[in-house]
Amino acid sequence: MPLDNEILVRARDLRKRYGNHEAVRGVDFEIRRGEAFGFLGANGAGKSTTMRMIGCVSEPSGGHLEVFDLDPHTDGPAIRARLGVVPQDNTLDTMLTVFENLTVYAGYFGIKRREAKAKAAELLEFVQLSARANDQVNDLSGGMQRRLAIARSLINAPDLVLLDEPTTGLDPQARHLVWERLFQLKQQGVSILLTTHYMDEAEQLCDRLVVMDEGRIIAAGSPRELIDTYVTKEVVELRFAGRHTTALAELALELDGIGGQIEPLPDRILVYTDDAEDTAAALEARDIRPTSVLDRRATLEDVFLRLTGRALVEDEA
Amino acid sequence: MSVISYGLVRARVRPSGSMLARNWIAMRRAWVLIVSGGVESLLFLFAFGFGVGSMVGDITLPDGTAISYTAYVAPAILANAAMMGTLLETSINVFAKFKWMKVYDGILNTPMRPGDVALGEVWWALIRGGIYVGMFVIAMGAFGLLDSWWSVLAVPACVFIALAFAGIGLTLATFFREWTDFDWMMAVVFAMFLFGGTFTPVEAYPGFAQPIVYVMPLYHGIELVRGLSLGAFHPMMLVNVLYLMALAAVGTWVAQRRLAKALYK
Repeated sequence: MPLDNEILVRARDLRKRYGNHEAVRGVDFEIRRGEAFGFLGANGAGKSTTMRMIGCVSEPSGGHLEVFDLDPHTDGPAIRARLGVVPQDNTLDTMLTVFENLTVYAGYFGIKRREAKAKAAELLEFVQLSARANDQVNDLSGGMQRRLAIARSLINAPDLVLLDEPTTGLDPQARHLVWERLFQLKQQGVSILLTTHYMDEAEQLCDRLVVMDEGRIIAAGSPRELIDTYVTKEVVELRFAGRHTTALAELALELDGIGGQIEPLPDRILVYTDDAEDTAAALEARDIRPTSVLDRRATLEDVFLRLTGRALVEDEA
Repeated sequence: MSVISYGLVRARVRPSGSMLARNWIAMRRAWVLIVSGGVESLLFLFAFGFGVGSMVGDITLPDGTAISYTAYVAPAILANAAMMGTLLETSINVFAKFKWMKVYDGILNTPMRPGDVALGEVWWALIRGGIYVGMFVIAMGAFGLLDSWWSVLAVPACVFIALAFAGIGLTLATFFREWTDFDWMMAVVFAMFLFGGTFTPVEAYPGFAQPIVYVMPLYHGIELVRGLSLGAFHPMMLVNVLYLMALAAVGTWVAQRRLAKALYK
């Protein structure tokens, strides 16, 4: 009988070291049944490593970790029997058909053949791949392969599904299809743990998340809480045609006091404010005339920028 | 007690059976590939047994008995077939699954452990080796090369060879970095085939070379299969069996350790 607030994963001062490099530097978090929990951070922040430790395919170098009240060091197989895993690179079996990928994988969990076939058909329906059941995996598009990996992760009716960057590398349409499926899983009460460097993904899917940077957790809470705590309600984006990087940094100094925090980026300046109209008026008063002014709600991207001084996805900044 | 131990055995063997099932399903579309490997050994039998054998005629063994050269060479080529079937399966195919297709990365996210994977690969290699051996034994019988009913025991003897080379192949697969590494393996395999007592008794080699032959796993396999198919028992056969079993156990154990180290990072 699932209890409300039952804790599925408990980490205290969890660490992972590779040679001289410490990828995870003492993180604490708890994941409860029924919630969608996210690890948000840039590449190399330690998200995937933490995920692998929870998935019992990576031995922690220090600290304490419990999954389903079991110790990953001694109870790896028992823990993995209750997890569903969608790795970043899918790791589908390219020698098998779409349908066989599910039935053979079911075999690894000791699920009987007849039951596996019924479950596989049901899951292919769920991820809208029934028509491709007898195709080779390599003939599927990236988005379809990801959906198949999601279906595969559900074959053992897991207590917790781990998704490592579920939509990285997918085109926008494929991303939305994946999000739809994940959202449906959430509605069904499946506990989800996902890593992402897309703030829109985290905002849409996660009930609670931690922001990771350089192996540490630098903030934790619901998307709304994080935005309320770390940034203002609104953000005004100013662009000045022909002016970049250093020119913008100099210009940012002239904006001092105009709103909350001022953040110069390579192509634009962000002004955090609780009232965009006041800010616009203040710009007018100082005779600063940007070529474009965009007024929007603050997002998790802003939280990350505020906390680390860096954009979450560098090439999209 | 017996119920408990049965349950325990099932719990430990069932996962490796899932690995075996996976290989069976993946390869059943490529069975031609497997059968064609067995044909190679039959060609060897024709070339050396009947080609060379017709010119050599009978030979005298160190213990004084005289047999036809074809009957002398055939068990060695059978041993070779058992070796090739399992070695190619475990080394090349496991390497491909491990480094190339990343099949094991997906599997280790399930309750399966590296030991289950290694054991499953051994079972599968035994089946592939068994297909080669079966094809060859049928051919031997058809050509009248099975002298006594004892020669039926040559088949289980091949199981020891297959186990040993499955262990060796698995370990090699975890050490290989690229495809060219297989050229080295094939060179060693060829040397064993030529000098492991296939075509001449070891006693025919110069004294310094004999210890090298005694280390070769294939030599022990050939001795075992030949002794059984000729109905000539010898206490040394026990040593042959123990040597092959030790290679199987050490090879499989090292392989699963190395798989764990590479995949549990």
